[in-house]
Amino acid sequence: MAMENPATSQIPVAGGAATLGSVAKNSESLSATRKKPLEIALFWIFALCAAVTVFTTFGIIAVLVTESAPFFREVSLARFFGEKEWAPLFNPPHYGIFSLVCGTFLVAAGAAMFSLPMGLLAAIYLSEYASPRARNIMKPVLELLAGVPTVVYGYFALLFITPLLQNVLESMTPTLQRVTGNPNLFPTIEVFNALSASIAIAIMTLPLVASLCEDSLRVVPRALREGAYALGATKMEVSLKVVVPAALSGIMASFILAVSRAVGETMIVALAAGASPKITLNPLESIQTMTGYIVQVSMGDVPHGSIGYQTIFAVGLVLFCITVMMNLASISLVKKYRHKYD
Amino acid sequence: MNTSSISNLADKAMPEPSTRKAEAPSARNSTPQFNVAMAAAGEQNATPVIVEAEKVDLFYGTKQALKSVSIPFHQNTISALIGPSGCGKSTFLRCLNRMNDLIEGCRTEGEVTLSGENIYAKSVDTVMLRQRVGMVFQKPNPFPMAIWDNIAYGPRLRGIKNKAVLGEIVEESLRGAALWDEVKDDLKKSALGLSGGQQQRLCIARALATKPEVLLMDEPCSALDPISTLKIEELMRELRSAYTIVIVTHNMQQAARVSDTTAFFLLGELIERGASAKMFTDPSDKRTEDYITGRFG
Repeated sequence: MAMENPATSQIPVAGGAATLGSVAKNSESLSATRKKPLEIALFWIFALCAAVTVFTTFGIIAVLVTESAPFFREVSLARFFGEKEWAPLFNPPHYGIFSLVCGTFLVAAGAAMFSLPMGLLAAIYLSEYASPRARNIMKPVLELLAGVPTVVYGYFALLFITPLLQNVLESMTPTLQRVTGNPNLFPTIEVFNALSASIAIAIMTLPLVASLCEDSLRVVPRALREGAYALGATKMEVSLKVVVPAALSGIMASFILAVSRAVGETMIVALAAGASPKITLNPLESIQTMTGYIVQVSMGDVPHGSIGYQTIFAVGLVLFCITVMMNLASISLVKKYRHKYD
Repeated sequence: MNTSSISNLADKAMPEPSTRKAEAPSARNSTPQFNVAMAAAGEQNATPVIVEAEKVDLFYGTKQALKSVSIPFHQNTISALIGPSGCGKSTFLRCLNRMNDLIEGCRTEGEVTLSGENIYAKSVDTVMLRQRVGMVFQKPNPFPMAIWDNIAYGPRLRGIKNKAVLGEIVEESLRGAALWDEVKDDLKKSALGLSGGQQQRLCIARALATKPEVLLMDEPCSALDPISTLKIEELMRELRSAYTIVIVTHNMQQAARVSDTTAFFLLGELIERGASAKMFTDPSDKRTEDYITGRFG
């Protein structure tokens, strides 16, 4: 009290009065409203920021549905899902979405085949085997890879990976002919092909998988590792039979995230995978993905409002549904495999 | 973990490791009741020494955590390590199966022998060592898998694949840890669904399944309620006839209740060691007396 109000120290009576006064003030402060406006304002600011993400999602759904509605009035769902060809700008037009879906999954599956196992193994190395020094160098470098713009990967695929694949295939041709016993076998890889796009996407998603898997491996409690070591497990047995199963939910989540990134990847496939929608499982051929088609049409000279233009919303809607389903699958898998540690 | 571990593991891939019996001519079976007489007499050298620490110094980086600690552990006895937090008792316990190897910057000097063999020798495979010297930790750490798989984990590492053999080991180990009756119908359920006390007994069963000679327990009851604690203490007394147990505990009543001998640590040094009956009634060192009477620590 004396410190707060040095003047009162000379007059004890006044000091006593001040003390009484401050007690009275304290009891009043129970109903004080001084902080409230700020609290309320902050609440609304935070809530608004959170709401923006929700509204955006609903906005996107609304646009996709309303814009693709005229398309589906013209083209029946049976044609959309039943036809084998996708050629909306030709005469007669074909609207078989399956060729685009096939292209998307050919590329995504190819990318997943490379990036998921490699990412997981890299994560196991970083989390279990690497020295702290090695990890401190490698993890930032890996994450740097994630920061490369995808258009760069696209050019990399088109101008580096594809020629490389062509060379490899050429040098392998005599061997292939001998093995198959067919001297007329000349496997060719097209300039635009699914494989090089897959490889580029794999390189792009690798750091994502590695980084997320490493995070989930690292949070596996030390006690669990020690328990396994104490039973006489080797480092490999601890890593593969205890740490990986314990981190399964995080690993699954990162896998699905990587695949949905691959499904949604646009720039790489637009540059390297080609523009010929078809149903094929041959990665050496030129294909077209859903995203690639949307780029082609929205950048091209298709008149707005035409049925050809509306196709991109229909394709977008399908793409959106696929990614939503994958996200839901991811959530349920994470729930199923999550182990609680305290 | 050196590369020889794999071949050693293959050598050990048999249900009953016969090599071990040859190395350690076990007095375990011949003198089951010895320790009782020993505790009464306050005698140290009643049963043969199985593990012996000789002038062990341990450093975390430059900080010395253990200063020239020497303790012999006799077969079929329970030895308690007590002392205030940070005194090095857990660190010392982890020396006995080289768990400190897993800690970066940790260096151990001196000698620890298991049946006369220096466990810090270059040729020693920690995988083999840890199968003979099992460990139970402070916090129950069941693996996130079924109860059955938790117990079978150790034997599987030794290469036992036969389901029937594994099943026998699982039952035997769970019975050994006094958990069988509670979980026999839920062996396929996740071990994480068990209570804390059950989880800890599961961890004991898991350690027993590798058929160790020595069982190290690092404050095994500190996360448990009194009833579970009593169950585990009872269990330890039963296990004594077949195993050599070293337990770190903060609970002095527990040390007095279950152990044959007690060692008191302070600031990385072994202050006093002797029969528990004497340690808790008539300690020779003033610091021990201060600690056990609660004057510090």
